[in-house]
Amino acid sequence: MQPIRGRCHKFGDDIDTDVIIPARYLNTTDPQELAKHCMEDADPDFPAKVKPGDIIVAGKNFGCGSSREHAPLAIKGAGVAAVVASSFARIFYRNAINIGLPIFEAPELAQSCETGDEIVIYPEEGVITNLTKNLTFRTAPFPPFMQGIMAAGGLIPYVARRLKGEI
Amino acid sequence: MGMTMTEKILASHAGLKEVEPGQLINARIDLALANDITAPLAIKEFRHLGVTKVFDPQRVVLVPDHFTPNKDIKSAEQAKLMREFAREQGVIYYEVGRMGIEHCLLPEEGLVGPGDLIVGADSHTCTYGALGAFATGVGSTDFACAIATGECWFKVPETILLRYYGKLRPWVGGKDLILYTIGDLGVDGALYKALEFTGEAISELSMDGRFTMANMAVEAGAKNGIFPVDEKTLEYIQGRVKRAYQIYTSDPDARYAEIREYDVSRIEPQVAFPHLPENTKGISEVGDIKIDQVVIGSCTNGRMEDLRVAAKILRGKKVHPEVRLIIIPGTQKIYTQALEEGLISVFIEAGAAVSTPTCGPCLGGHMGILAQGERAVATTNRNFVGRMGHPESEVYLAGPAVAAASAIKGRIAAPEEVL
Repeated sequence: MQPIRGRCHKFGDDIDTDVIIPARYLNTTDPQELAKHCMEDADPDFPAKVKPGDIIVAGKNFGCGSSREHAPLAIKGAGVAAVVASSFARIFYRNAINIGLPIFEAPELAQSCETGDEIVIYPEEGVITNLTKNLTFRTAPFPPFMQGIMAAGGLIPYVARRLKGEI
Repeated sequence: MGMTMTEKILASHAGLKEVEPGQLINARIDLALANDITAPLAIKEFRHLGVTKVFDPQRVVLVPDHFTPNKDIKSAEQAKLMREFAREQGVIYYEVGRMGIEHCLLPEEGLVGPGDLIVGADSHTCTYGALGAFATGVGSTDFACAIATGECWFKVPETILLRYYGKLRPWVGGKDLILYTIGDLGVDGALYKALEFTGEAISELSMDGRFTMANMAVEAGAKNGIFPVDEKTLEYIQGRVKRAYQIYTSDPDARYAEIREYDVSRIEPQVAFPHLPENTKGISEVGDIKIDQVVIGSCTNGRMEDLRVAAKILRGKKVHPEVRLIIIPGTQKIYTQALEEGLISVFIEAGAAVSTPTCGPCLGGHMGILAQGERAVATTNRNFVGRMGHPESEVYLAGPAVAAASAIKGRIAAPEEVL
């Protein structure tokens, strides 16, 4: 995986999936449509502000609540390159890996960041640097099994290959 | 070393003699479910897998319950896509008018039993842990792969053991116990972990109360919530569950990440304040909070016991003139039984709106959306920002007794205040 460099949008603790994509917009599965309302109830200006390649940084328990995969899809659809949080709720964690949205647990980095900071993530080394503040922290690497899913481009291509007997 | 119920179910479905927390396994599933919000996305992904048939149509359940009866054209298109897939694949499907809220419906229909491993593309799939099953919520992609292969990957969770002892106070039920527990653990207190609910107070609790508790395990971040199987479980599944099932018990020397004990005689009816389920207070500490709406229903509290409690309080009373009370029986069978017991008349005479089963207002879908600045007491499971409507509305979570009493008083109230 290539290093991911981008501008940080900072959010707090317990950002739930109702805030990431409110249920009133769940009558579609189109990532571009969902992206128009991404994070809207936490920051109404976010869909207008976010630029492709930006990085969401948040506190603990990011993505708690509903199992809606529309949440990571909305984030991915908005062009967000990665999410870094102190911790992730488990269904969001699975969903992000399954759809190929890079996510990283790094509590110290999350604490150090403010909106607008430039950060760079080195997924293979398990290192994240806040370039604006000149601070570097470690992030736990994914187990090989999950790396396999991500290397395949998500769970669907991974399982498709497994069903064909390729892996 | 001994194993917990959760570990034993995961081990047996992975074809292993034992597993330990942290281990990644591939396990066989007994049942997979999805709804009208999560299935359409899953069907799209299923088509990319290069398979044409689900692994076993009798182990796949699709329930249109979230935005049904359809609230708008887009929702109708989503429901149609799911309906057509259900017909094409011959999977188990319940149409509007014959359905229920999925987590009330599946146990009632006997589709889930002790020892099962169930994945559902809905976070409240953990409800089935009340029957001694391992049940957990997943996303649409996981569901798509599960119905294609009959398998799913899991990381074996650590288990937190919760022991409840003492005698329940009047008007205290499963909802109050789980809200109190979430208040104690926090919304991420059980992150990636299993919650095992045990103790004499749990043995005393009805199945409906246990479903309510298991349902909200996810609100503490848990992967699953699980209850030991006892006579009440067996009585409940008698005549319902047709498949072979297996009863698992935790070993006396099973490993637990943590053990917490609760004296339930000290727990009063609970209310969770906006905007997290962990913001709980006892009813005596709530203060004067005026409300605009009350919702009694959902996969958390839409069962017979909940409706009976609400009716006991509402009988012969009137809903406060400035409050809308919306009551939603969890399934058509529950609705019918409530009719037969005269509960529906009690509700209508009190001035409540009674609806066909739907998740509707719980997730801010339809059937009771809040305007800016409005407040609701709801027997549902989440009080996040914007959960029931406008981002500046508020949801207070409570059990059916407090909800019914609040509907009468026009503010959050204890049951004793109206009796």
